[in-house]
Amino acid sequence: MNNTLPIIILKRLTMGLFILFGVSILITVGVEALAGDVCSAVLGQAASPETVAACQAQLGLNQPVYVRYLDWLFNVVQGDFGTSLANKREVSELLSKRMGNTFYLATAAAIFAVPLGIFLGVVAALYRNSALDHAISSSTLAAISSPEFFVGYILMAIFAVSNNWFPAISDVESAAGFWSRLYVSALPIMTLTLVTVAHMMRMTRASIVNLLASPYIEMAKLKGMKPSRIIIKHALPNAWAPIIQVVVLNLGYMVVGCVVIEVVFVYPGLGALTVESVMLRDLPIVQGTAMVFATVYVVLFLVADILSMLANPRLRYRK
Amino acid sequence: MTGTLLDIKDLLIEADIEGEWKPIVHRLSMTLDRGEIIGLIGESGAGKSTFGLSALGYTKPGCRIVSGSIMLNGMELVGKPDSGLRSIRGNKVAYVAQSAAASFNPAHTLFEQFAESPVQHGKMSAEEARASCVELFRQLHLPEPELIGNRYPHQVSGGQLQRAMTAMALGSSPDIIVFDEPTTALDVTTQIEVLGAIKEAVKAHQVAAIYISHDLAVVAQMADRIMVLRYGDLIEEGKASDLLSDPQEEYTRQLLNVRSERARKNQDREENIQLHIENISARYPGMTFNVLEDINIKVVRGRTVAIVGESGSGKSTLARVITGLLPPDRGSIKFNGDLLTAELKTRPVNALQSIQMIYQMADVAMNPRHRVKEIIGRPLEFYLGMKPEARDTRVFELLRQIELPEEFSERYPAQLSGGEKQRVCIARALAANPDLIICDEVTSALDQLVAEGILDLLLNLQKKLDVSYLFITHDIATVKAIADEIVVMHQGRVVEQGGKEAILSPPFAPYTELLLSSVPEMEPGWLDDLVSRRKKGEAPTADSIGT
Repeated sequence: MNNTLPIIILKRLTMGLFILFGVSILITVGVEALAGDVCSAVLGQAASPETVAACQAQLGLNQPVYVRYLDWLFNVVQGDFGTSLANKREVSELLSKRMGNTFYLATAAAIFAVPLGIFLGVVAALYRNSALDHAISSSTLAAISSPEFFVGYILMAIFAVSNNWFPAISDVESAAGFWSRLYVSALPIMTLTLVTVAHMMRMTRASIVNLLASPYIEMAKLKGMKPSRIIIKHALPNAWAPIIQVVVLNLGYMVVGCVVIEVVFVYPGLGALTVESVMLRDLPIVQGTAMVFATVYVVLFLVADILSMLANPRLRYRK
Repeated sequence: MTGTLLDIKDLLIEADIEGEWKPIVHRLSMTLDRGEIIGLIGESGAGKSTFGLSALGYTKPGCRIVSGSIMLNGMELVGKPDSGLRSIRGNKVAYVAQSAAASFNPAHTLFEQFAESPVQHGKMSAEEARASCVELFRQLHLPEPELIGNRYPHQVSGGQLQRAMTAMALGSSPDIIVFDEPTTALDVTTQIEVLGAIKEAVKAHQVAAIYISHDLAVVAQMADRIMVLRYGDLIEEGKASDLLSDPQEEYTRQLLNVRSERARKNQDREENIQLHIENISARYPGMTFNVLEDINIKVVRGRTVAIVGESGSGKSTLARVITGLLPPDRGSIKFNGDLLTAELKTRPVNALQSIQMIYQMADVAMNPRHRVKEIIGRPLEFYLGMKPEARDTRVFELLRQIELPEEFSERYPAQLSGGEKQRVCIARALAANPDLIICDEVTSALDQLVAEGILDLLLNLQKKLDVSYLFITHDIATVKAIADEIVVMHQGRVVEQGGKEAILSPPFAPYTELLLSSVPEMEPGWLDDLVSRRKKGEAPTADSIGT
């Protein structure tokens, strides 16, 4: 494994570059397919065709799309993500600030959701087919079945409107200190946790239950081991690979899924930025956020595969 | 050390078969004294495992104890709550499973798994457990007993794992060990070593044992008393020596006869070479040594060549080379006079069609979501381009040939028994109208009477269809039954090859003799005798010929 691991990482990173390249083309085509451009969006419907044309000429929008794309690509390869078309600010500067906010939200949600999901999965597997199992399964299912903005508004209604425990608007910019920051982002964190915990819980439960018919589980029973020990010590270590994959998929979702949630809670993250930029047809920023999202997925899945390998003693210790 | 340890009376166990509770153990009784070994023997479905496991107060999922009593040292196990049973399992009564490879948890080292019973049952501290682990590993002749416990199951061979599992069972000094076919998954030479080690250890620890097997010869070596079971009923019970020398029941005689050799006429044929393997050497990607070294084999039309050798001898690799799954480094394969390309992808469809395979594990070789008619029908469609109606007719015809009723075409693999599954795999191979069928250990997962039926079927089909077999096996008894010619392989090389009579009569090549002498025989005491002869150097051992 020691010499194959770097090769795997290298291969996956190369593939990741191709993925990023593909995503950038998709985004360009997608934004181009939308009606209007940044000039008509900024200047409004009242603007005369001449003003719009002048604006377009100034921003270079009158050039064909592939020229603009290649320009962008050429600059990106050199590390320059360009400037916003709408307000001329550096894309990288805009992104880095928003990225920090989004990653904070995703990390905080992951710290709650991942252990909770795995814990609930283990409990459900241990008491499988009992009332507790059904309660866990159906409540988590209900949470993912509802759209996340709905979950967000419900939480807002309960915790911000009826009870006024947490703020409805997550103004992290003005929150100082760890606790106040956590306090203002409590509702988006809760929403993200609710909408992701079910996948992890269900995969944990399914992977464990799947293994319960294995001969080594029967062996553990015949050694007189307690059900809790059988689940945690004998089944769980062999169930890691699929669980890790689902956890990572959800971590990715926590970063990318923030698009809707950030809008709901007016949270100043990448998701809100994406939505604003798409509205303004501000292509360099949309490209930038898309690159960040795609990179997150590429890196997370690489990490997942490495962790799955490390979780398997067959791959950790060769014969 | 006398007195009744285990007393099972009128035990009735039912299983949930398609939603209906049906009895699978019919009011069986058994007593076991301290230090005694009782053998339970029968075909699969005899209820022997179910009955044996009841000594732990355990039933497989989907089974239940209906009535009867299981007294262990004066304590009733029937109706005892789970927590009470847990304090007995792995403590007073231990279990050794059929496949150690599957029954050891792949995520933990051997030592961790050894220590679990004694430590969790509060008998030893972790350090004491380690010391006792090393001691037991040494008693069971495991190499490097101080270090092997730090390995994970996949780093240890099958025979060693089975010995480690016996050590694990002895670890908490139980009164009884239930051995559930502990050597069935091993090849003959390994089986002897494991059997010898188990017998020695059981004797040394004065532990009572229930030894479950479908192999009468193995049980004969281990047990003081034998119970013959069939369909959940007791057929016959008696002292091992009496039962073997003078069986009272027809069924027991039948079991005894299965092993006896069947002679087969060896008609001469003109040299009509179908498969010609020349100077094949092969290795797996990333390996530094050859798994196959300079192999030359000819298969004549309509005949059977058996490839014999223990696991790791390269037999299955050879099958992969012939089928094109593993391109060889050197050498060539000619089929009906034409050169076959090395890679599967580059072979024409008719070359693929004329070589078919049947595998050891019939249940994993079939798609569980396909009905039998789809499984058999697929090659008919793929190779012969048959339309649905023609396909159905042909599927029925093939089912008749493999002696299964037409209704089976609607079944899923899960609804078939082990023997029936293997028959369906045979039909699937036949569907392509092949010239050569490669049979890779096709009977080793089946019990003897079923295996016998499969071998008969293969021989009949060969007579009718003039198909050749390349028969890969580790079981000399199977070879005797089916082969025209034998190729003995050892560590990737052919050590001997020729006609069956020539190979199986003296003088033997040393490795062939080792294989032959490792086949269990019925006489009680044969194992002890062989082990002691091997120790004295009078009989060949794996070490003496350089394994």
